[in-house]
Amino acid sequence: MSRIIDRRQMLRGAALAGGGLALSAYMPAWAQTNSAGLTTPLPTVTGNDITLRIARQTMMIDGRASRAIGINGTVPAPLIRLREGQNVRLHVINDLDEDSSIHWHGLLVPPQFDGVPGISFPGIKARSSFLYEFPIKQNGTYWYHSHSGLQEQLGHYGPIVIDPASTDPVQSDREHVIVLSDHSQLSPEAIYRDMKVDPGHFNYQRQTLAGLLSGKDQRSKDRIDWGKMRMDPTDISDATGPAYTYLVNGHGPRDNWTALFTPGQRVRLRVINASSMTTFNVRIPGLKLTIVQADGQNVMPVEVDEFQIGVAETYDAIVTPSDDRAYTLVGEAIDRSGLARATLAPRAGMAAEVPALRPRPLATMEDMGMDMSAMGGMEGMDMSNGDMSKMRGADSTAEKNPSAKLTTPGAGMAAGAMAMSGMTPGGSAMPGMDHTGMSPGAMASGGSAGGMAGMDHSAMGGHQGGTGAMDMGSMKMRDFSKAPQVKKGPGVQTISPMPMDRTGEPGQGLENVGHKVLVYRDLMALTRNPDVRAPERSLDIHLTGNMERFMWSFDGVKMSDKMEPIPFLEGERVRINLINDSMMGHPIHIHGHFFELVTGHGDHAPRKHTVIVQPGGKVTWDFTADAVGDWAFHCHLLYHMHAGMMRTVSVRPRGEAV
Amino acid sequence: MTRFASIFAATAMLSITAPVAAQSMQGMNMPGMSMPAKKKPAAKPAAKAKRPAKARLSPAKRKMPAKHSAAPMAGMKGMEGMDHSSMPGMDMSGSSPQPAQGAHQDMQSMPGMQMPANGQPAAQGAQQPMAGMQSMPGMTMPADQHGSQVMPGMSGMATMPGMTMPGMQQTGTALAAGNAPAPAPPMDHYADRQFAPAEMAKARHDMMVDSGGKPFSQVLFNLAEYQARQGRDGYRWDGEAWFGGDINRVWLKSEGEGGFREGVESAEVQALYSRAVGPYFNLQAGVRHDFQPSPNRTYATVGFEGLSPYMFEVEGALFLSTKGDLLGRLEGYYDQRITQRLILQPRVELNLAAQDVPENRLGAGLTDAEIGLRLRYELRRQFAPYVGVSYVAQTGRTADFTRAEGKDPSTTSFVAGVRIWF
Repeated sequence: MSRIIDRRQMLRGAALAGGGLALSAYMPAWAQTNSAGLTTPLPTVTGNDITLRIARQTMMIDGRASRAIGINGTVPAPLIRLREGQNVRLHVINDLDEDSSIHWHGLLVPPQFDGVPGISFPGIKARSSFLYEFPIKQNGTYWYHSHSGLQEQLGHYGPIVIDPASTDPVQSDREHVIVLSDHSQLSPEAIYRDMKVDPGHFNYQRQTLAGLLSGKDQRSKDRIDWGKMRMDPTDISDATGPAYTYLVNGHGPRDNWTALFTPGQRVRLRVINASSMTTFNVRIPGLKLTIVQADGQNVMPVEVDEFQIGVAETYDAIVTPSDDRAYTLVGEAIDRSGLARATLAPRAGMAAEVPALRPRPLATMEDMGMDMSAMGGMEGMDMSNGDMSKMRGADSTAEKNPSAKLTTPGAGMAAGAMAMSGMTPGGSAMPGMDHTGMSPGAMASGGSAGGMAGMDHSAMGGHQGGTGAMDMGSMKMRDFSKAPQVKKGPGVQTISPMPMDRTGEPGQGLENVGHKVLVYRDLMALTRNPDVRAPERSLDIHLTGNMERFMWSFDGVKMSDKMEPIPFLEGERVRINLINDSMMGHPIHIHGHFFELVTGHGDHAPRKHTVIVQPGGKVTWDFTADAVGDWAFHCHLLYHMHAGMMRTVSVRPRGEAV
Repeated sequence: MTRFASIFAATAMLSITAPVAAQSMQGMNMPGMSMPAKKKPAAKPAAKAKRPAKARLSPAKRKMPAKHSAAPMAGMKGMEGMDHSSMPGMDMSGSSPQPAQGAHQDMQSMPGMQMPANGQPAAQGAQQPMAGMQSMPGMTMPADQHGSQVMPGMSGMATMPGMTMPGMQQTGTALAAGNAPAPAPPMDHYADRQFAPAEMAKARHDMMVDSGGKPFSQVLFNLAEYQARQGRDGYRWDGEAWFGGDINRVWLKSEGEGGFREGVESAEVQALYSRAVGPYFNLQAGVRHDFQPSPNRTYATVGFEGLSPYMFEVEGALFLSTKGDLLGRLEGYYDQRITQRLILQPRVELNLAAQDVPENRLGAGLTDAEIGLRLRYELRRQFAPYVGVSYVAQTGRTADFTRAEGKDPSTTSFVAGVRIWF
């Protein structure tokens, strides 16, 4: 597929050269853009009465026309700029020949205006309109998107910025909205079907014999072990680079969307991940990012070099570029199959080096919910699996999407080398490496151990192990006694035997990048949480799936199989434990509410609307069910939701409860 | 650990009466807690405590096999070498060299510190040490759901810069969850109050179908090839088509071969109902009809297909003919990726018969076996031309039948074809 794209690109390249842009041949790849840098700000709508018209259109991405659904003629949809305390009336006109809808992601609105067809309202019929009207009770960075079918993939998403009623605690000289997304030449229906009938369809970064022979990725013993488990450690994301061009504000990496600054200015970047399926690792080489807001909620400033942003999350970061030069904003897809690229520059037409895509990560035993470090006498197993294979490098035949051509080969080496050098001195220098208190000594032994010494693999295929204290017998991969509430069935491939709280880890593939990566535990609310009561009860929800059948569900039950909601009482404060029984991260979103992450910050817990639950890991949050109504609760990976990873949540007044 | 715990208990004022604490703190992990006391005391006692602690594990809330209950201790062992120096921001200022006091003080210097985990009280790891913990204000350790082995979030603590930040209270998320009962789910749909219920019912139905309920279909020819062999070049196909949802499907299979001069030598079609019976396997039952060779036959079929450990695609079936003859078939292949697009597929097919079927020239036992090796290039996933070699050998009485016809019971073919699906 990328082959075809390549050929077309060459043709286009030839056409461009013929058209007088022959100069481009003398410029490095990253500097060859389709434009002199698009500095146009996002179209913006504001005021108390706003009209949004949903319609099919084409959009140009890296010089190539693509089918899309946009709003008011643009993709992303126009920036909706509001002020806290105002009332807004949004007239949404659906010019499509099918039903549509708009969900205001992160906005606390009455349930009838939440915009989920079948839960909050009947949807907006083809060629009709719907009036949303609600008060704006909050401020911050949010976004909006279709909740109908797979329209979101086609471009039906846009940013929302709400200015605070009073002074913004985050002061900046200038701001830019950065909407990250993924766009495909394939129809979303085709993408979904391809994944459904052909597992791993879009993964062109698998382990191969060529890789094995050249000493890359897992060693053969590990490959056999993983094969025995019928798990593919390269299955990091489903729809990925070969299907997608990664966009910034609707522009491809070659378009080079450019955000302007004056050196010395404090620039606020409002980063929104409006992707359908892509978790991005965001960084600006040469600049520190000071995270000041997450999911529209102010947090105590944290300085990082990079952050992972799950689908539907938002982060506001302050950067202060002091030099009169261009910087590249890189949004690297989590599986490193491609990148979104923008430029921060003092003037239009500038470009900076685009760092090479780093080697794609490999899933580890920990990503299957096996906490290796907790097992006495088995230190080092995880190392041999994940981190050691990272040292071996990724498969040499792995394919990237065309954005890789923009990168400078040398630029990525630095990061790689850094990671390698980090390995040698010992534990303390390895951020994130030390998962659960492995000592440097243990790590060293792990390094030398090489294979999975001591691991009883025979017990992993589901055979009963001995009754020994902590052998692999108790690490069965599909032991429903570990999750009694999960419905047993073909849709549940694995049950994490020992799910860990991984909110202190930077995310898959970012354990060893040689610089500071944001972790959830870094986030702390700027102000005290509004409700600091103890949770009255707690509730486990298992994130379940089968990658071989592309089935996704909660507690083993797909949305299509169960309408019965997860019930809450008005005002009830409940602790939710999200346990990821799959080997893939899931950004979980609840409508109508914010939740407080239980990450050790007491009454200054970070408040979010969406949280990534890392593979095989778990995330705990507290929330107050204060919005009466029925609300959607789902994985925000579009095709996971579409496959059934969704449920209704009901909040009812106490008296009303049955 | 035992020693350590008793020290805690001694210093702790509030420790005595703590059923709640004992409950909500199970599964937590002592060595981690010992961090203020600095490394040495932490590591050793943890290891020693393994046995005694195990003995105390009995009063489990939930039924749990012994091997599980031992887990917390194992976890502790894993924590042994924890490098406390790698916890920036952890306020250790108040620590004194004496483990007892020092520990206590430091704990207090971490108000709001909190080890989140899953609420359900489960395994009973370290109950006794918990008692001591109670003296630490705001330190809540809701139990890990599975009584787990690890102090959840221990790794995170290393990077918790806010550990000693002001404004952190022992409230909010630091508090343990209670065990109030969950309400019953409501019988109504809230949006029915705001929109026409009939309209909502339809939208609800559409949304549910749209969220995991849609059927799919696929047509796949794993083999569609030209076979070059001595004297009589031929062709061969092996394909399937299915329609349905995640669990229930209608499945059609067809395979056969022929020569360019002789015409179709064998051709069969199976129509099956297929049901997913596990994460990897489908059970299938239906009918098979052989159009060739003649006399043609109809069979009742039951079989399976799926992905076996080590990633082999396998398939097996039994066929009972209307004449009462029983046949069987086993097939398997493996896709060995040489590069991302170049794939070598070794393939084996075994056909079996429970009895002689002279009309169809089959002998009891293994009737024939095929070993194939095909190298394909995936121009697209859906379209992959291949070349390869296929060796088919009839055995036993089946081979005799063939020889009697003056034919060779074994054939080697060089094949070229395309693996295709749509």
